[in-house]
Amino acid sequence: MITRKRSAAGVCVLLAALTAGLVAFPAGAAADEPTGRDAPKVNLLLDVSGSMRARDIDGQSRMAAAKQAFNEVLDATPKEVELGIRTLGANYAGDDRKEGCKDTAQLYPVGPLDRTEAKAAVATLTPTGWTPIGPSLLKAADDLEGGNGSKRIVLISDGEDTCAPLDPCEVAREIAAKGIGLTIDTLGLVPNAKLSRQLSCIAEATGGTYASVEHQDELTDRVNELVDRAAEPVVTPVATEGADACAKAPTLKSGLYTDREEFGQQRWYRVDVLAGQELRASVSVGADRAMNPNHGVLLRAVTVHGREIVRGEAAGNGRTDVLSTGLRYPKPEREDDDGKPAAETVCLAVTHSFSAGAGVKTTPGLPLELTVDVVDGPDGASDVASFGLGRGWWLLGTLVLAGFLAGLLWGWLSRWRFAVWRTN
Amino acid sequence: MRITRVLGAALLALGLAAAPAAADSSPSPGASGDDGAPTRAGTSFRTATEIEQGQTATARASAGDYLYWSFPADAEQRPTVRAKVKLPETHAAQTWQIDVYDGLRRRQACQYGAQTRTAGADTASVELTCVLRTVRAWSEPWADDPLPGTYYVRLTAVRLPTADLGQPVEAELRVESKDVGGAAAVDGALAEPLVPGIAMRTEAEEKDAEEGSDFPVLAGLEPEDGWSSGWWSDRWVWTAVGGALAALAGVGGYRLTRGSGRPSRVPPGA
Repeated sequence: MITRKRSAAGVCVLLAALTAGLVAFPAGAAADEPTGRDAPKVNLLLDVSGSMRARDIDGQSRMAAAKQAFNEVLDATPKEVELGIRTLGANYAGDDRKEGCKDTAQLYPVGPLDRTEAKAAVATLTPTGWTPIGPSLLKAADDLEGGNGSKRIVLISDGEDTCAPLDPCEVAREIAAKGIGLTIDTLGLVPNAKLSRQLSCIAEATGGTYASVEHQDELTDRVNELVDRAAEPVVTPVATEGADACAKAPTLKSGLYTDREEFGQQRWYRVDVLAGQELRASVSVGADRAMNPNHGVLLRAVTVHGREIVRGEAAGNGRTDVLSTGLRYPKPEREDDDGKPAAETVCLAVTHSFSAGAGVKTTPGLPLELTVDVVDGPDGASDVASFGLGRGWWLLGTLVLAGFLAGLLWGWLSRWRFAVWRTN
Repeated sequence: MRITRVLGAALLALGLAAAPAAADSSPSPGASGDDGAPTRAGTSFRTATEIEQGQTATARASAGDYLYWSFPADAEQRPTVRAKVKLPETHAAQTWQIDVYDGLRRRQACQYGAQTRTAGADTASVELTCVLRTVRAWSEPWADDPLPGTYYVRLTAVRLPTADLGQPVEAELRVESKDVGGAAAVDGALAEPLVPGIAMRTEAEEKDAEEGSDFPVLAGLEPEDGWSSGWWSDRWVWTAVGGALAALAGVGGYRLTRGSGRPSRVPPGA
């Protein structure tokens, strides 16, 4: 066990060092630029409820394991990551449910990390109160507001939410729908089935991940990995809002966009394509809640007059995170060069046939990701084969036979001509 | 057989001479191990970890995660995706699946291979395979034939009992290609490979140059020797050899009509 632990820690340090090395340099270089990307922000949300006293993680209490993991994570955090810590259930030990459900506090504000201060703050924690997951998620999301860097909440809990009726899943979905590009990853400490379901539901709602943790090294590794992930540079999508008809739709250029699409809704976008250019569009509709098993997505490219040019469709069955499809539309070069406008407006319509499971809220809409690329058009094919070239033994046989016959013919012709010349 | 070998050698020589200058592939984001293979997987199309063909990517994840990788595949290649998932010591029966998507995020069919497999409670690992169709240089916009560009692989458990949610698993992924060669060569070519965000790439590169920083792109990897220019295939060799053989056969046929030496009816001294 000890060797395994050590090797895991080694891998972890290596990972962190590599990531730090990879990421720190470009971020450092960009820091002086006013147009540079903002720092990635991570908010660690730790459950400090009474149940954290249970001594079932490698023989120590859950709280002690969490503290040790936090210390290691704080040491390994890449320096460009702005890290904060929030607690839930740390202060109110009483029996009043209303009070208990308001008990969330910022232990260390999100910002440049001072390791000693953060560690000192973590050391003061003692397991105390309730488990108000929903309200704390809302507060944690507020902590991260501002900036366009990636944002992540890492929720570590050992018990399900005790503050119904506010469903933490719905809270997570609403946070995601605010369009601030936030991901919630969840970790369950020695979870039961109910906690697993709740935490994975929260993660699913924001495109995050869920892990169950039973050993201290797993906890450290996982949190470290999540913090490192936040530091990875990724393309941030631009929020847009599609319309219900092409005429009112926003015009998009090449780029990555997000939107929300409600059940039974159509979303329209417009793209301008010049003659000789190719439009490439792909769309992913995320399943961020419990869905009925059969689903589909349809992306259509339609002219402004309503004629369908090409469509992409996808259908699926069972568990999925997204359903995606795409299309290509190469607009041919124009033969004549009269005064017509060179650009054609192509309308893109997105529909999906997801249906929410029984008792699942249908608002906000499903997350939609749209990639638009307008590139030069392809060279058309005049023949199936490459440049009309052939290959294979049949080709060789045919050519040899044809050559032989041509030779024979030519030989007979010249003999005949010779004979005619001789007789005259 | 020998002819095939000779043709192959000729093709290789020509191919080497004709291959376009190899462009440096940009480094893959994500942590990497000693041999440069990624040790982490992405969690969405947008964050998919880029791997090269022939690399073995590993990832530690938890059951229920959706793991994403992306790899570049060029025309005339037939990629095979192999994944292996090491399951925890105790688990219930789980069904795992790999799905492959092209650069337009269209699902690509597997010709053969076990794309979905159920691991019983007593199995320690599950292995999945997907053999894609051969990548073509060009196809009609209405077809979903595989085209040169980026391919995404998604690995996930599709049926998972709640008790197993979040349990640690280890995943391994490897992509290799069979070079199908000229048999799959078609006319026509895309102006740009089907790489997501390629239209934004030029913009990103300009910004890179301006700010001296590394702007993130959706997919940055290229095949080892760059995207093929699309005109070369061994069909040139077959056709040229066929033409030469036809010429020889023509000479042979001509000679046959002349017989050996002078025509017999011509008297000596004529």
